[in-house]
Amino acid sequence: MAAIWAVAELAGGRPTRLSLELATLARQLAQASGGTATVVAVGSGAAGAAKELAALGPRVIAVEAPTEGDRPAASVVAPRLAALAGEARPDVLLVSASPDGKDVAGFLSARLDLPVLVNAAGVRWADGGPVVQMSTFGGRLGTDSAFTHGRGIVLVRPGTVTAEPALAPGAVETADPAPSAELPPVRVVERVVQAGAAASIDDARVVVAGGRGVGGPEGFRIVEELADAFGGAVGGTRAVVDAGWLPYSQQIGQTGKIIKPALYVATGISGAIQHKVGMQTSGTIVAINRDPDAPIVEFADLVVVGDLFEIVPRLTAAVRARRG
Amino acid sequence: MRIVVLVKAVPIVGNERLGDGFRVDRGSGLEPNGNDEYVLEAALKLTEAHGGEVTLLTMGPAAAADALRKGLAMGATRAVHVSDEALAGSCARATAEVLAAALRRLEYDLAFAGADTSDGQGGIVAAAIAARLGLPYLSYAAHIEPGADGATVRVHRLSPAGYDVLEAPMPALVMGTQVLGEPRYPSLRGIMQARGKETLTWSLADLGIDPARVGAAAATTRVLTAAPPPPRAGATIIRDAPDVAVERIVDFLAARSLV
Repeated sequence: MAAIWAVAELAGGRPTRLSLELATLARQLAQASGGTATVVAVGSGAAGAAKELAALGPRVIAVEAPTEGDRPAASVVAPRLAALAGEARPDVLLVSASPDGKDVAGFLSARLDLPVLVNAAGVRWADGGPVVQMSTFGGRLGTDSAFTHGRGIVLVRPGTVTAEPALAPGAVETADPAPSAELPPVRVVERVVQAGAAASIDDARVVVAGGRGVGGPEGFRIVEELADAFGGAVGGTRAVVDAGWLPYSQQIGQTGKIIKPALYVATGISGAIQHKVGMQTSGTIVAINRDPDAPIVEFADLVVVGDLFEIVPRLTAAVRARRG
Repeated sequence: MRIVVLVKAVPIVGNERLGDGFRVDRGSGLEPNGNDEYVLEAALKLTEAHGGEVTLLTMGPAAAADALRKGLAMGATRAVHVSDEALAGSCARATAEVLAAALRRLEYDLAFAGADTSDGQGGIVAAAIAARLGLPYLSYAAHIEPGADGATVRVHRLSPAGYDVLEAPMPALVMGTQVLGEPRYPSLRGIMQARGKETLTWSLADLGIDPARVGAAAATTRVLTAAPPPPRAGATIIRDAPDVAVERIVDFLAARSLV
């Protein structure tokens, strides 16, 4: 009878897409282990978010907590979770492999003395515990890992499961745990929203990315238009972020984000190992590149050899026409 | 301002391989973790502007000395190398315990760590150390500056929409990203000077840690299997003129319900 917990992340009082996936994954693991699934949502608007999460099946514990701006800080979430999990002692804690999630997981592992398995691309139940699948060494190796004994935290990447409503929604309850140990104060002086912050690449179904081959910030306009035609988001390689053509939040790769959209369109990207790490598990990979020998050819599904400045605008028009 | 920079000596990116018991082979050919070089650069700039010194702290095998030597050549004042046969195969939990114990023996205003490592990719050890030491934790830093009163630190933390300005009293632990700015290359003079700099080597006994709590035998996680991922089926290649090429792309995507 394993108790599977998932930690929901709230943004603007609503669960993130990854949180909905975690709730679904918790339900599936609970079914596989013959156990129970619980989601904990901490932050302002937790009660409202809880209904959305309960539709996926698990019992939901909503914890109202102070929130500055649209997201509760990890230093607010983690001590409340530690109090709840310290008492209930769940077998598995599923946490988003996001910046806030990693801060929460690090704190919980130290305070509750729990091991952490990171960057799960898949989680299944076997031999009485979770088996976590991850990609390592720049995608050259896939590993399955487990806890050596007992309980632990799993950091879960986007795309392990598809969020699916359950036949019967879970129950919603509220809790107001005293934070386990107050963390030293980290004051949020202000939350700065940068102009031009584009659609998030984390959650997008389609990502159109550009590399050095796009040539400059002007070149990115046609990339943005193609992303817009798909209703997707724009990403880029480290080189274009370092050059200032895109903000760091749009960087895909080893030192940026690791994403798994249904469709990834690479324009003017050679496909260096550091970039490959960030997108290789995408559903379908289309590369538009002048160089038929670029490394990306080896892991793309469709390679279009040609001038991206001729192809991309035509493709944008064709996608717009098709999508109406 | 006294800054301790946590540095992990990692296999050169692209050359990583698993050794016995699916553990990362760290026998030789180690370099400083890329993200750690960004926070080291930020630490060097801060001490150059405001005075103070930078201490490198690593936990790793003998081969980690090469990574420390590079950090010293970049400009760090001294290095502390926690090295003990019993540490081989330590998991993230043991690593956080050992580094926290080492930090307790050092005096500092700020401790810096890189966002994650190229070999482990966890990104959780710094948060765990902060929780163990009761330090304020400021993560995903894009900019680090001392507060006006000299007792606080200000950090720009990357957020989905831009960045958050955070402030905390010192001592504090800051985890930083590449946005802090490119690290310098060691100068010839720096390389020469590094030879005369102090490196302290601490064992588990020096830190008062029971060897039974660390290493492979005490690891809380284990790798069950490791294999190269199945290759993607070969790509379809289109070399037609733009108009025809676009038609074929749309057909390809439509067949997969992607457009």
